[in-house]
Amino acid sequence: MLPEAIEAMTAQMAMVGNASSLHTSGRLGRRVVEESREAIAQATGARPSEVLFTSGGTESDNLAIKGTFWARRDADPRRVRILVSMVEHHAVMDCVDFLEAHEGAKVTWLQVDHLGRVHPETVRAAIGSDPDSVALVSVMWANNEVGTIQPIAEIAALCREFAIPVHSDAVQAVGQVEVDFAGSGLDLLSISGHKIGGPQGVGALLARRDATLVPLTHGGGQERQVRSGSLDVPAIRGFAVAMRHATAHRVETAQRLTALRDMLIRGAQDAGYGVQVTGFWEPGDRTRRLPGNAHLLVPGCDGDSLLYLLDAAGVQCSTGSACQAGVPQPSHVLLAMGISEHKARGALRLTLGHTSTAADVDAFLAALPAAVERAQRAQVATRPEPSLQQAR
Amino acid sequence: MRVVAAMSGGVDSAVAAARMVEAGHEVVGVHLALSQNAATLRESARGCCTIEDAGDARRVADMIGIPFYVWDMAARFKNDVVDDFIAEYAAGRTPNPCLRCNEKIKFAALLDKALALGFDAVATGHYAQIVEGAGGARALHRAVDMGKDQSYVLGVLDAGQLARSFFPLGDTTKAQVRAEAAAHGFFVAAKPDSHDICFIPDGDTRKWLTQRLGEQPGDIVDPAGATVGQHRGAYAFTVGQRRGLHLGQPAGGGQPRYVAQVQPATNTVVVATGELLGVDAITGDHARWCGPAPQGVVSVGAQVRAHGQEIPASAWAHGQQVQVRLQRPVRGVAPGQSVVLYDGTRVVGSATIARATMSTEATSTAATSTAPTRTSPAPG
Repeated sequence: MLPEAIEAMTAQMAMVGNASSLHTSGRLGRRVVEESREAIAQATGARPSEVLFTSGGTESDNLAIKGTFWARRDADPRRVRILVSMVEHHAVMDCVDFLEAHEGAKVTWLQVDHLGRVHPETVRAAIGSDPDSVALVSVMWANNEVGTIQPIAEIAALCREFAIPVHSDAVQAVGQVEVDFAGSGLDLLSISGHKIGGPQGVGALLARRDATLVPLTHGGGQERQVRSGSLDVPAIRGFAVAMRHATAHRVETAQRLTALRDMLIRGAQDAGYGVQVTGFWEPGDRTRRLPGNAHLLVPGCDGDSLLYLLDAAGVQCSTGSACQAGVPQPSHVLLAMGISEHKARGALRLTLGHTSTAADVDAFLAALPAAVERAQRAQVATRPEPSLQQAR
Repeated sequence: MRVVAAMSGGVDSAVAAARMVEAGHEVVGVHLALSQNAATLRESARGCCTIEDAGDARRVADMIGIPFYVWDMAARFKNDVVDDFIAEYAAGRTPNPCLRCNEKIKFAALLDKALALGFDAVATGHYAQIVEGAGGARALHRAVDMGKDQSYVLGVLDAGQLARSFFPLGDTTKAQVRAEAAAHGFFVAAKPDSHDICFIPDGDTRKWLTQRLGEQPGDIVDPAGATVGQHRGAYAFTVGQRRGLHLGQPAGGGQPRYVAQVQPATNTVVVATGELLGVDAITGDHARWCGPAPQGVVSVGAQVRAHGQEIPASAWAHGQQVQVRLQRPVRGVAPGQSVVLYDGTRVVGSATIARATMSTEATSTAATSTAPTRTSPAPG
């Protein structure tokens, strides 16, 4: 977490006052919330009234998708279709699955190409001849696993032709690429505090003033009557400080991370183990792949073995996702990109952030050869075939 | 040493991992995901590899400050343990899946993966002792807590596997282990023991097998061959079983009748009164020696089921086969189970029972048959 955000949040925690109250301390809390709202609006090209504070990206996605689906269907019962990309975060996918299972939603999963991109023509084809039945479209701004940036403005523009609301999960994008809510043409956009150096447990949904949402939580009517509950003032203040900082330093950070990313990807490819980079990658590019994202496929390895070996060597990375019990699962994103389940097992995701340095990349590249060799031997040991022990 | 502590989520493996850390080893906790459907939540206190168990193991690893990983061995487990279990039952034998899991998964797939990743050994919460002799040779011995002793299900480990294994709980009673867990603040200190086969969560083996092998109605006959009842699948019966036969009439003299044989070829279950079930001559194959193979005829103690009694016996090993002659007959010995041989508290080795017969002249047809028979499943 950003030191300035910690400081601001800590100071705020010492102050009492419910932002919904009318007394003096309440008014002071309210002022912090509204200043934070303005800061976040300014950083994201939104109006303050378009910023709805939530508990984070997941809640923002749920509010955007369920809230819009119900509101649109209430207004016209024909509107039950949801068009959503196959590479979304689970906060979006599982929301859509819920609406399909319990609310009669009809879902079209939008295909992606081998780089993980949703083509606007795919969206147009899915809208097809029956735009009146579409409740909403949701396509993430940038993919959390492979870093692919989507053509959001084009997709939003074509949805606007049909007056279909469009949502984008921009949790990964904010702070790394320019996110301009007004310029994007989106109706709804999810952001999260902890991805930009702010605290966990706070986020926002940017919602156009004409967006109609059915609330998920009912109560005191906070946040434009759609997100009841006392606001977490310290977290909101920390979030705003982090957002202001991330925006102010975005270009220089992105340039620096892009250079590190390119160094990492090139080094891994040159290591001689057939390491492949997934998604779009062009050295120096900052508009089609997230600057801080390096996602690799290592042949003949299980990601969890690599993760352990690299972690033991002081390099922290991740493999994608795991089920509730902690078993690594082949990523739905990679499968949607046409990568085989077998290859997807060797996925390694390295995220570079504001503390990352060239020395970190060197440390990773130094640790990689031994880790790959050991992980390859370990994969042999777990195949459902006679083991090494039995072969001895 | 760099050691993988296999952590099931139970109290034993939690304390075993903690003891390895206290002994100064560099320990990484590993939970094996063995279920094909890892997303199932616990439905009872039985079973393993549920989300809750993985979470319990992770919580303990966090408390003792070691890294923790979940390794997916579900494909290997299905192939080597579950499918083998079904095939063995279908063939009229009674497998012990815990032995098979130790042989093929915990001290093979897990150990192999650990060694490949640069570890030196695997530690588990089994109740058994490893005694290092002169020259560093390791011998497997019973645990001090005979009520918990699990040396039977470890009788498949060879010298190479023992050299890479730690059983930190072998010198401790279960009560002491629970007290130690409580002292650490592990909330699994009071977690119930698991007794049943982990992949049959409700403990109903017959129902589980029927779901996989289908209903196969057939006859229940007496030793003379007279039909005395009907069953819905011979594979689901075990030698020595008394309940669930639903026989209309008692035997002559009103004595209870037990399953004496399961004959898969004819889908027939043979029942007999208790005195006809004893055997004293066992032929085992798939011999595994926990040290040097015995030479010539040796005096041993033989145990034919987990937590069963040890019976004085003589044994003679030749290649993969072992002949065991018990000093007194024992009931309910069936192909598929393992006979584990002991020299005092030391585990000599084990073999899978291929045939069990009565050696004396005064035998009945029921007990001398070489057809596959079955005893009750007794996993460790």
